[in-house]
Amino acid sequence: MGQVGDMMNKAFWVLAAVTALMFAYAPVAIAGAPYESTMLLVQKIFYFHFSTWMALTAAVVICGTGSAIYLFKGSATADRLAFAAAELTVVFGAFGLVSGSLWARKAWGHWWQWDNRLTMALLLELVFIGYLLVRKYGGPGAEKLSTAMGIFGAATAPFVYKSVDWWRTIHPKTSVMRSLGTTSPEMWRVVWFCTFAFLLLFTLLLVVRVHLEERRAELDRLYLEAEG
Amino acid sequence: MFVKTALLVLKKDFTIEAKSGEILYTTLFFAVSCVLIFAMAFVKEGEPVDGAGAGILWIAVFFAGNLALGRTFERERYAETLRALLLAPAPRPAIYVGKLLGIVLLLLLTELVLVPIVAFLFHVALFTRPLFLAALLVLGTIGFASVGTLFAAMLVRTRARDVMLPILLYPITIPVIIAGLLGTSALLQSPVDEPMAILWIALLICFDAVFVTLALWMFEPLMTE
Repeated sequence: MGQVGDMMNKAFWVLAAVTALMFAYAPVAIAGAPYESTMLLVQKIFYFHFSTWMALTAAVVICGTGSAIYLFKGSATADRLAFAAAELTVVFGAFGLVSGSLWARKAWGHWWQWDNRLTMALLLELVFIGYLLVRKYGGPGAEKLSTAMGIFGAATAPFVYKSVDWWRTIHPKTSVMRSLGTTSPEMWRVVWFCTFAFLLLFTLLLVVRVHLEERRAELDRLYLEAEG
Repeated sequence: MFVKTALLVLKKDFTIEAKSGEILYTTLFFAVSCVLIFAMAFVKEGEPVDGAGAGILWIAVFFAGNLALGRTFERERYAETLRALLLAPAPRPAIYVGKLLGIVLLLLLTELVLVPIVAFLFHVALFTRPLFLAALLVLGTIGFASVGTLFAAMLVRTRARDVMLPILLYPITIPVIIAGLLGTSALLQSPVDEPMAILWIALLICFDAVFVTLALWMFEPLMTE
């Protein structure tokens, strides 16, 4: 166990260093990418905006799956994973909403529009804030409640993703990303570089958060032992 | 067995309610006073604010629904009857369906009273396409109640249940209220925007299918201690 733990520890720090380097290089790469023809400089925010939502997608999927596994198998690790992922969903969601809002101010002239994609994204954020509230203030038995919340939240996520294709909204469609590889390979490369950096950051934060939850559970167990 | 159990649970709730009438009357009173408050706020010199009617109808339904859900399960908690129900040798999803049917019926009764009041107070032509409106209301109510019944049943065991129910319920069911609301608004336009209303009805069907499936799937493990 000790050796594996050591290796995990080393791997963690190596990954942390890689992530730091990637984030240090990201601005350079973004500055070097070609200008978008209509939006020019403002479009640069897209690289982080898109990456954030990709990290958020990973968080939502993990939270939903973790919740489902906890519900049917009763695995405590899955529950911790779901909890950690829910927190990260809120964090990345807040960043995504803010970066989108900044971009919207310049591109559409408004900070916020009650457009379908934006509304659905905000709702997803609300569901996971609800998750955390229940978890914190629900008292005993709150794990199961938040589990149901996580599963419902993950179930609404596809609606958020598809909302832009179903309605004519002001937000760009999902097909923009699929065609970017052919229209502008250079931009495409930078986008995926940033996405990878965000996913790495997400993984690191997730590992730290799960580890913390494990420590907490261990502490609780020790308290119980000392009292009993 | 499944259908029979569900109907038995429904019959039980109906018998209690028919005797006391507590939940129906309190929910109705709350919903109507909600609409009256909105009417005082949004009707100026006999002219209501444009497009307020549809929103107020749905808000009143959701607020009243929250209250009804809380009361229904409070009654089950009071005499520990929910535990007895769960101990019965019956499929648990059937118990869920029975409770769900009860709440949906109760809310539909409330809506029967609310719709004319809103139409009258806010001068909205809610009855031009009665079938569309009925479809929107029934589907919206099912979507709201399916999630609500699941959470209210789980919350029976938790403290701070009154606060937790809306926190859990509203973020998840806001898409339903939006779909119902925009569908109703489409019906109120002149001429009536039928394709738009159909789109929202279709979306409500999607939401209902997802919510009811998930709730049926999760009810058993969630209610196991």
